Amino acid sequence: MKLGVVVFPGSNCDHDALRAAAEASGQAAVPLWHESQDLEGCDGILLPGGFSYGDYLRAGALAHFSPILGAVKKFADAGHPVLGICNGFQILCEAGMLPGALLRNAGLRFVCRQVPIRVESTSTPFTSAYQRGEILYFPVAHGEGSYFAAPEVLDRLEQRQQVVFRYAGDNPNGSLRDIAGVCNEGRNVVGLMPHPERARRALLGSGDGEKIFASLAAVCQ
Amino acid sequence: MPVNATALRQHGLTADEYARIRELLGREPNFTELGVFGVMWSEHCSYKSSRRLLKGLPTQGPDILQGPGENAGVVRVGDGWACVFKIESHNHPSYIEPFQGAATGVGGILRDVFTMGARPVAIMDSLRFGPLSSPQNRTICDGVVSGIAHYGNCFGVANLGGETVFDPCYSGNPLVNAFALGIAREDGLFFGKARGIGNPVIYVGAKTGRDGIHGATMASEEFSEASAAKRPNVQVGDPFLEKLLLEACLEAMATGAILGIQDMGAAGLTSSSCEMGARAGTGIEMDLDRVPQRETGMNAYEMLLSESQERMLLVAERGREEEVFRVFRKWGLDAVTVGVVTGDGHLRVKHQGEVVADIPNTALTDEAPRYQRPMQPAPSGYPDAPRAGLLSARRDWNQDLRQLLACDNVSSKRWIWQQYDTMVRTNTLAGPGGDAGVVRMELEAGESRFALAMALDGNGRWCQLDPRQGARLAVAEAARKVAATGAQPLAATNCLNFGNPEKPEVMWQLAEAIGGIGDACRALGTPITGGNVSLYNETLGQGIQPTPVLGVVGRLELAPGQAPLGARFPAPGLDIVLLSAAPKQTADERRRRFGSSEYAAAILGQTWGAPPALDLDGELKLHQLLRHAFQQGWLASAHQVSTGGLAAALAECCLNQRAEQPRLTAVGAAIELSADEAMLALFEESAGRVLVSCAPAQRAALQAAAQAAGLVALHLGQTQSEGLRILLGGQEIIHLGGDEMAAAWEPALEAQLA
Repeated sequence: MKLGVVVFPGSNCDHDALRAAAEASGQAAVPLWHESQDLEGCDGILLPGGFSYGDYLRAGALAHFSPILGAVKKFADAGHPVLGICNGFQILCEAGMLPGALLRNAGLRFVCRQVPIRVESTSTPFTSAYQRGEILYFPVAHGEGSYFAAPEVLDRLEQRQQVVFRYAGDNPNGSLRDIAGVCNEGRNVVGLMPHPERARRALLGSGDGEKIFASLAAVCQ
Repeated sequence: MPVNATALRQHGLTADEYARIRELLGREPNFTELGVFGVMWSEHCSYKSSRRLLKGLPTQGPDILQGPGENAGVVRVGDGWACVFKIESHNHPSYIEPFQGAATGVGGILRDVFTMGARPVAIMDSLRFGPLSSPQNRTICDGVVSGIAHYGNCFGVANLGGETVFDPCYSGNPLVNAFALGIAREDGLFFGKARGIGNPVIYVGAKTGRDGIHGATMASEEFSEASAAKRPNVQVGDPFLEKLLLEACLEAMATGAILGIQDMGAAGLTSSSCEMGARAGTGIEMDLDRVPQRETGMNAYEMLLSESQERMLLVAERGREEEVFRVFRKWGLDAVTVGVVTGDGHLRVKHQGEVVADIPNTALTDEAPRYQRPMQPAPSGYPDAPRAGLLSARRDWNQDLRQLLACDNVSSKRWIWQQYDTMVRTNTLAGPGGDAGVVRMELEAGESRFALAMALDGNGRWCQLDPRQGARLAVAEAARKVAATGAQPLAATNCLNFGNPEKPEVMWQLAEAIGGIGDACRALGTPITGGNVSLYNETLGQGIQPTPVLGVVGRLELAPGQAPLGARFPAPGLDIVLLSAAPKQTADERRRRFGSSEYAAAILGQTWGAPPALDLDGELKLHQLLRHAFQQGWLASAHQVSTGGLAAALAECCLNQRAEQPRLTAVGAAIELSADEAMLALFEESAGRVLVSCAPAQRAALQAAAQAAGLVALHLGQTQSEGLRILLGGQEIIHLGGDEMAAAWEPALEAQLA
C-alpha cells in the first residue's frame, strides 16, 4: 500500500503526515508537489495541515485551484480514500469535495489545545478501527475551524450519518452542532479539524490518533 | 541632500563620529554613505556602549562550536548533531506597532537560526508589559501575543512558551525578546562569510521596499510622544514567505553550491554585505539595479537601508549559480546575482552606472566606535526595610495564597500560549506551562536518544535592587528550570534590556549585570554563545528596570519511551521532597531579602531590601543531583521554587497541566513544615530550591545522594488525591481545595484580556 501527502507551499504538517502514513503503511509515503498532476499510483491521499499559499484570501481558498487538486478530485470521484486534516479539511470544503465551510473561530483567536472528540461514524476508511461513541483526545491548532453549513445541509448530514467526529464537551471554535469532522456522501472523503497525526504517541500527549492511519492501512491492503 | 548637522542628528551620529568617518574614508562621505554609517554605527548594530563589557563574558567550552559574532550560537549535542540558538529583542517596534513588531521579531530570530543551516524546531518568548489595568497595555499585550502567534504558527515552528511579567516600569516600554532554536548536522553548518574572490553574491527572498528604513536607528533612541509617527519604520512580516525561504534555503544548502549566507535583518542589504565581507576579509561589489524591488523609483539610500523582511544574501560557488536558482524558482522566490566577492575589503555599491558608496568593510564593523561611557552606582530607589509592623500582622494565609495565585505574575499564562501552535512537527515533549520546554531530536535516521530542554528567565525587580545579583539569579534560574527536566544545561544566550546608556547609572547597571552573568555562567558551565543588547528602553525619560533575560539550553538523554520530568505531581501517594542549595541565612537576612518577593510586591504592596541569596557552587551540585536522580529513575516530578515561593510552587505542582490534559485525574499535596515564621516559610523566594516527588521506596537513595553532595533534601509530606494542606509547627495554616486554587489561578489573566 502506498500513501501520498500533498505538499503545498505553506504546508507545515506535511512532515508529520508523511511520518504517520509511512509508519501505518509500512513503506515510505510519497510527498506530492502541488504543481504536479500525478498521484504516482498512491492508494490513499492525505491533505496535511498548514497555511497553504499563506491562506491568503481565505483558508484553503487558493489551494483548491492548484494543479494537484484536479487529480485528487478525480481520485476521490473514483471512490479512493482522501483525508483532509485541518488546512486539508478547509481545502476540501473550498473545493466542494466536502459540504460546509470553516469560519473563523468563535473567539477570533488561534486555538491550540487537546480536546475530546466522539467518533460518530465508523463506516469510513479512516474510522473503521474505532468503536462508535468512543471518546478520543486529539489536539486542535487552528484559527479558522468553526464548522458552518445551512440548517438543511446539517440536517441532511445528520440523516446520512456524514458527521464523523463531534467535539465532546469542549467545542474550541463554535462549530455548529459541535461538528469536528465530516465525510462526503460516498464516505471515502473525510475532513476533520483536530490533528490525528499529532496524537500518535502517549509520550507526546495522546496516542488516540493511531487508529485513523491503521484503519486506512487495513482498507488499502 | 546635504551632509550637515541636521543630517548627522537624523542619523544618530555625533560630530566626533563624523570626524572619525572622514578619517576612515579619507574624504567626506556622500549622503548615502552617511546613511550606511548611521545605521551600522547605531547602538543596535555596533554595540558601541556594551562591547567592551561583553568581552568579559565566558564564550568558550568543549561543546561550543560557535560563540558570539555569527548569526547564532552553535552547541554540540552529540552523534554528529548540533543545536543553533539565539535570543533577540524587538522591543521598540513592538511598542509602536505591537502585532507587526512582535511578528517580525519572531521572523528575524528564525532567520538567524536557519541561515546557519539549521531547521528551527522551537521558539520561546520573554515578554514584559505594564499592568493590564491600562487599556493601552492590554492592547499592546494582545497585539504582541497575536503577532507572535501569527508568525510562528504559519511558519510552522512549535512555541514552547517562555515567561511573561507585568510591572509598571514596562508601561511605556514593553519588552519582546524572541528565542529560537534549530537543529543541524555539525558538518552541515553555514556561516555568514563572503568567501572566494570572484564568487557571485546572490540576493534571495522577498523584494525590497521602502519599509523599515531606519529601524536600527529607531531602536537606538528613547521614545517621546512623537514616536507614533515612526510607525512606518516598523517592518511588516510575511510568515508564509519565510516558510518558503526556509525550505528553499535548506534545499539550496544541500546542493553544496552555497559557501556563505546571512539574513538581511537590521540595516538589510548594508549589514549583510559588509559583515559577510568583514568576516571573510573580502569585499563585496554590488549593483543595486539588479536588486528585486517592490516599489518604483527607490534610490540607493532607500535600498541600502530598507529592512524589508524575509530576505537573504548568499555567496555561491562560481559556475554553480544555476543549482541555487533552480531551488528558489521551485519555491517561487526571487534569486538574483547582485554582486561579486572582491579582494579589496570594500563594500562598493553601484546604482544606475555610478558608484554610490565605497566604504572599507572594517570601517563599518571592527572600526565602529566603542565607548567607555561614564558609570555611577545607581540607588535602587527602594527602602532597605519594610514598613513597621508589615511582617508581624496577623493574616489569613488561605486568602493570601488565593490572591497570590490570581496575581498577574503567578497566574496561569494559558490564555497566551493557547494561541500558539505548541506541537507542530510533533516533537514537543514538554510544552508551555512547565519549568522548561523540551523537544525531542527527531532525526532523519529514526529516533535520537537526545532531547533538548530550554528555558528563559529574567527578573527586573531583582536587578533594580541589585543588578549583579539579579543577573546571577537569572542565569541560575534559567539553568535550574532546564535541570528540573533532567537535562544538563549546556550553554546560554542573553538579551540585555536596559535604559539609556548615556546615563551613568544605567551604564553601571549594565556593567554590573554583565558581570553577574559572567560569574554565574562560569560557575554553572554554561558559556554565552550570543544574544543581543537593547538599550534606550525609555519613554519620556522614564526607563525600565534593568532586565537581562537569559536563555539556557540543555541536553537530555532519554531511554526509549522515557519522558522528561514535569512539574506536575503525577499521582497521589508519592513522597514530596524539597531539594535545596539555598545558603543558610539569619532571620534578619531572610526578612530583608523577602522584600524582593512577589508576595511583598503583590500582597503587601511594598518592595524593599535585596534579591535572594545564591550559592553558585551549591546550584551546580543541585543541577548535577537532579540529572543523576532522573537517570537513576528516582524522580516522578520536579518543579523549581520561584515566583510566589514554596506555597505557590506546591499549588502549581497540583494545578499544572490540569486544563491542558483533560484526561488527567486531580492530585493534591499535604506537607508539614517545622516551626518558622509563616510568611517567610510560605512565600520567600530563596534561590536554589526544587520540589520533587518520588516513590516512597526511592526517597532514601535520593536523600543519601543529596547529603553526599552537601545539599539539603527535606521530606515535606505526601501527594494526595485532592487539595493542598500545609502544617507549620503542627498547626494547619493552609487548607485549600483543588477547585478553589484552580478558580484563582486559571482564569485570572484571561478575565482581563478576553
